[in-house]
Amino acid sequence: MESFFLVIATLCYLSGTVGYLVYLFRDRAQLHRISWTILLAGALFHGAALAMYTAESGHLPLTTIHEALCLFAWVFVVTYLVLQIRLQLRILGSFVSPLAVVFMVSSSLLPSHIVLRNEFFKSGWVIVHVASLFLAIALFGLAFSLGIMYLLQESYIKKKNFGFLYGRLPPLERLDSIAHYCLMLGFPLMTAGLLIGFAYAAVVWHSPWSWDPKEILSVVTWIIYAVLVHERLAVGWRGRRAAWLSILGFSATLVTFIVASLLLSGHHSVVPGKM
Amino acid sequence: MSHIVLLGMNHKTAPVDIREQLAAACLKDINPLHMIPHLEHVEEMVFLSTCNRVEFLFTCNSVAEGMREIKALLKTHVGLPASVALDSYLYLHKDLDAVKHLFMVASSLDSMIVGEPQILGQLKDAYRCAVEYRTVRVILNRLLHKSFSVAKRVRTETCIGSCAVSVSYAAVALARKIFGDLWDKSVLLIGAGEMAELAAENFLAQGVKRMMVANRTLERAMELAARFRAETVPFDRFLEELKTTDIVVCSTGALEPVIVYQDVRSRMRERRNRPLFFIDIAVPRDVDPKVNKIDNVYVYDIDDLQGVIDLNREERLNQAQIAEHIIDEETIKFRDWMNSLSAVPTIVSVRQKAERIRRNEVRKTFSQLPDLSDRQKEAIEILTESIIKKLLHDPIVFLKKRAQRDTQAVYMDFTQQLFNLAESGGGSESRDTQPDLPAPQPVLPTDRGAG
Repeated sequence: MESFFLVIATLCYLSGTVGYLVYLFRDRAQLHRISWTILLAGALFHGAALAMYTAESGHLPLTTIHEALCLFAWVFVVTYLVLQIRLQLRILGSFVSPLAVVFMVSSSLLPSHIVLRNEFFKSGWVIVHVASLFLAIALFGLAFSLGIMYLLQESYIKKKNFGFLYGRLPPLERLDSIAHYCLMLGFPLMTAGLLIGFAYAAVVWHSPWSWDPKEILSVVTWIIYAVLVHERLAVGWRGRRAAWLSILGFSATLVTFIVASLLLSGHHSVVPGKM
Repeated sequence: MSHIVLLGMNHKTAPVDIREQLAAACLKDINPLHMIPHLEHVEEMVFLSTCNRVEFLFTCNSVAEGMREIKALLKTHVGLPASVALDSYLYLHKDLDAVKHLFMVASSLDSMIVGEPQILGQLKDAYRCAVEYRTVRVILNRLLHKSFSVAKRVRTETCIGSCAVSVSYAAVALARKIFGDLWDKSVLLIGAGEMAELAAENFLAQGVKRMMVANRTLERAMELAARFRAETVPFDRFLEELKTTDIVVCSTGALEPVIVYQDVRSRMRERRNRPLFFIDIAVPRDVDPKVNKIDNVYVYDIDDLQGVIDLNREERLNQAQIAEHIIDEETIKFRDWMNSLSAVPTIVSVRQKAERIRRNEVRKTFSQLPDLSDRQKEAIEILTESIIKKLLHDPIVFLKKRAQRDTQAVYMDFTQQLFNLAESGGGSESRDTQPDLPAPQPVLPTDRGAG
């Protein structure tokens, strides 16, 4: 039943993405509304599948990279759906929904051996740790999409060579200020998530820091975002450089999330037999 | 026979400081039109002054004398220093060339931004002023009205006009693509040209928060500032405003860029990198193209803007050619009218008209009285012919006498209107299209009978 729901969710995301890609070429509010509703339906199926899993196993679906990415994809889509209501930046869907599909499809391709010891994942701290980090990363994901849109639009205007998306993309300042908003919301969440992680590690493993590769990479990612936030607030960085940095930050996050979990060993690793 | 002469300078022939000096001086004191009673050779005159041109359009019997008087007027009345070699900046057009030039100016083909619509309004103002001073009579009245209708024809038959309008519209559209809503943005106008006004109007319609004007001549800046509820900024301090403003519209006549890379670069940090949009509509350019390389700074010059609206260069040239063709046509029509103002053609056409009427009436009578004999018919012909001859005798003698005078054009024109001779090229059509302008009165010479 769960996997059936997940397939339906993936199909919903896929058709929502197709709808949004058509919306890129045809400016019809109706098209946006339909695509958004399809994504919402996908998120509901997805959420139901995750809830069923949690009820069955008694812990969050985090024991494998497959599950973790699947959960993240859900957080990402829900974050977008909620923010969309607030922002009314319709074209954003065309840049965000493909990412959701990529996450869903790649999560199903990733290995799904259960390795992490379950008792660690029943703690409320882990839930808060994961929830805040996932929400932060979801917001950074939106900032990433906005950064790509910004760079596209900026190069059109700077080079005075207007591609076909020029008319469809929103004004530069709008993109920049929404990215700023995502960043300012995401960064405290990320900081809190990491601190909670360290605190929990200190309790469980009696040391907050254990040179786990994922820990190291997370801190590197955090530093990237810290630099970005600092430059934005203190120096007034904005526009192209900020967009590049938020693209870099999100890429680093993905590397941390997937590569470190797969290839390197440590607390967070899900590679069998290493722990 | 009167000559039409046009003496002036524009953005192509004179550097901006000379033009500004002249325009400002002309506005400050008494209007040069005030001096016309003191001019012996100049008969009619219109004085046009905008920030890009100063032109005297006048009629006189002797071009050399008229030129001398107008130049003297320039020197003494306007108070230009004798050291300024005015002649090298001036151009002179005579008769048909002058007519053509005026038509070009009115249709905005001679403007810095070809097709900008302001010039026609300025020309109408100049004409209104001349009507107030009673310095326009038959020829210039007709010429000015004709120029308005030519401008209208060019505007409707080519897309020259939409070209310029869309340039400033394109600037606003770009600003909206950079900034989104413009309600909290401020605009700085550097130089207060015709096109800057147009852009300012467009930005104001978008509800920008604040508008500032920096211009070399403060008066012009204040004039513009009053119109747009703007503030004025001293011209040598506009660089400081780059720290706070968001949109800069440059249209100075400077030969060198007034804003260079380092000017902007060094102020970006203080602006906290907020985007800065330069709209450079000056030719030659006011903003160094290198400025566009700075992050968050966007520089669009007039070519870029024209590239935005995808009217390519060829199309624009093509439109300009169509416009010139219209102007040539109208110039020829005007020449025909001018020629008709001499006595002989007027007398001929009065006679022709009378003869035409006589024949028509006689034919009608004959067809109603079929039983007239040939002798009777002949008698009627002779009778009507002699009535016409006797009736027209005095007017024709009068016209022949007046033909020797300088003011003959007035009488010829009056005669033509009295007999409604020019049905196709009649003055009435151009009058109807300009309801906001005083209708040209057939001004009979009273105080200034030059004979």
